[in-house]
Amino acid sequence: MFKDFWSKHENFYYAITNKKVIFGLTIVVLVFMLAAFGPMLSPYEYGEYAGEGYLPPSGDHFFGTTIDGRDVFTRTVYGLRSTLLVGAIAGTMATLVGCIIGFLAGYYGGTIFDELLMMLTNIFVVIPQLALLIVIAAFLEVRGIIIMAVIVSLTAWPWTARAVRSQTLSLKNKEYVSLSRISALNVNRILREDIASNMFSYVFMVFIQQFNGTMLATVQLEFLGLGPTKGISLGLVMQNAVNWNGIQLGMWWWAIIPGLILAILITALYFVNTGLDAAFNPRLREM
Amino acid sequence: MGKYLRKKIIVYIITFILAVTINFFIPRMMPGNPIQSLLSRFSGMEGGREILEEQLTLLFNLDQPLWQQYANFWKSVFTLDFGISIIQFPTPVLDIIKRAIVYDISVLLPAIILSWIVGNKLGAFSGTDKRLDKTTMPFFYFLASSPYFWMAGLVAFFFGVVLGWFPISGAYGSTSSPGLNWYFIKDFFHHWFLPFFTMFLVQLGGWAIGMRNMIMYEKSSNYSKYMETLGASDKLIRKYGFRNGVLPQVTGLALRLGRIVGGAITVQVVFNYPGLGKLLLDAVQNQDYFLMQGIFLTIVTMVLVANFTVDIVYMFIDPQVRLSFTEEV
Repeated sequence: MFKDFWSKHENFYYAITNKKVIFGLTIVVLVFMLAAFGPMLSPYEYGEYAGEGYLPPSGDHFFGTTIDGRDVFTRTVYGLRSTLLVGAIAGTMATLVGCIIGFLAGYYGGTIFDELLMMLTNIFVVIPQLALLIVIAAFLEVRGIIIMAVIVSLTAWPWTARAVRSQTLSLKNKEYVSLSRISALNVNRILREDIASNMFSYVFMVFIQQFNGTMLATVQLEFLGLGPTKGISLGLVMQNAVNWNGIQLGMWWWAIIPGLILAILITALYFVNTGLDAAFNPRLREM
Repeated sequence: MGKYLRKKIIVYIITFILAVTINFFIPRMMPGNPIQSLLSRFSGMEGGREILEEQLTLLFNLDQPLWQQYANFWKSVFTLDFGISIIQFPTPVLDIIKRAIVYDISVLLPAIILSWIVGNKLGAFSGTDKRLDKTTMPFFYFLASSPYFWMAGLVAFFFGVVLGWFPISGAYGSTSSPGLNWYFIKDFFHHWFLPFFTMFLVQLGGWAIGMRNMIMYEKSSNYSKYMETLGASDKLIRKYGFRNGVLPQVTGLALRLGRIVGGAITVQVVFNYPGLGKLLLDAVQNQDYFLMQGIFLTIVTMVLVANFTVDIVYMFIDPQVRLSFTEEV
């Protein structure tokens, strides 16, 4: 029975036996577990004075304390939750919007509709994202998780739309799509069954990349003080560190560790993506 | 002019119009009453009242219909009249921008060009050498995964605090004043290096990964396999792969410019480097609308000009586009 399953889902088999995927996924799961269970490991609140200031990492304070005696580990794990949440929601939205626009533009490739969609996309590509986001974020005096995600995804979708469009363009001239079209199937069904189903693995990889990008954009906004107005975030922890001269004072546990966790997570996701690429593209598999 | 360039130019023009329109609506949609907050800021300053009146009539003209206000706003864009800054009262916004833009360009331009060249070369090498690939790829991934400001912190901590080789704040020391003397130039580059190096490092990873993937794909294509069977050297195969892979990398540069400029904003904050990005954030935090509008428009214009330059470069190196020009297809 298992043998049957694997021969049907060959790509899936190659994906989960790929070394890079296994390595990357392990780290990703560890970081997610840190965000989920980290707050339970800590006896402190993220805003509370947990002890003396300026303490390097120890058994009591895993990541040391800030200059005014808050526990950096507690702040980091709570902040990680918020940043991951915003990144995940924004990444999902950006992938959805990018795929829909890309599918439509590709399917109606060459028409005026396609031209208009691509023009819109190209405008969003050339506008400098962070400058626009700073201006928008400055408007909104109260920013929650969802609003943050909308702001971030607003400038994240364009490259996906372009990539998905060119994928769709190359798929839509395949024989089986022409057959469906001659059979007068409706557009929804062709998009769903002939095109989207063949792009599933591609879209999945796009999502991982979007997640990477939106997390980076989110943490940058947070660092500039334009993150969620309530609570703590990874970028905010590091903004405090820079504002309080944490770097000059040599407090690496405060200024470096929170960002290191994020950089490791994104690196791991890159590994997953490369592994999947090798698994889904038979041409790259043997190498 | 070719269809290629015409389409691009239309997109740039629309983007510019959009940016000006966003600028137009910034003070009009701000929460609270911008005029009241401006009044309270200016009232204490000498001659503030006259300047304020002049500024308000120039930028708001709230008694006129909206389209008239909009038209006036365009007029001020073309005469480069962005008004007077509030945080550096009474300096015109244009003067502040002129002073700050030097720091942006001197960091960004070398960082973008050098990281592109070095990154592509390194990527090509790890794409053709499997052993090299295993050791260098995690490193490149890590560079590309780092938030710009975090890398800035890491670089500042290591080179500035632990080793003490470079200063980590400001664009020049307190003992030197800007001018064309040897002491200042040395001081300037001493402060310039770490922001530059940060921008260089993070981008390097991205270019190396991109080129490495390109070369991998090219290597699995038929012409490469044919060359391999003919006994061509790795170097030759890499050379042909590189030539094919370099075009998407040029397009990639255009795609990423906006993101790079965004990263530069955060790096300037870490190093307290007085470029446009740092200024934009100061302007936002102090609700200095005039300065904010001026900087936003400048950054957008800079990115558009850079994009256009990349397009021209692309035209010259892509044989297909070049041919379509000379033969007027």
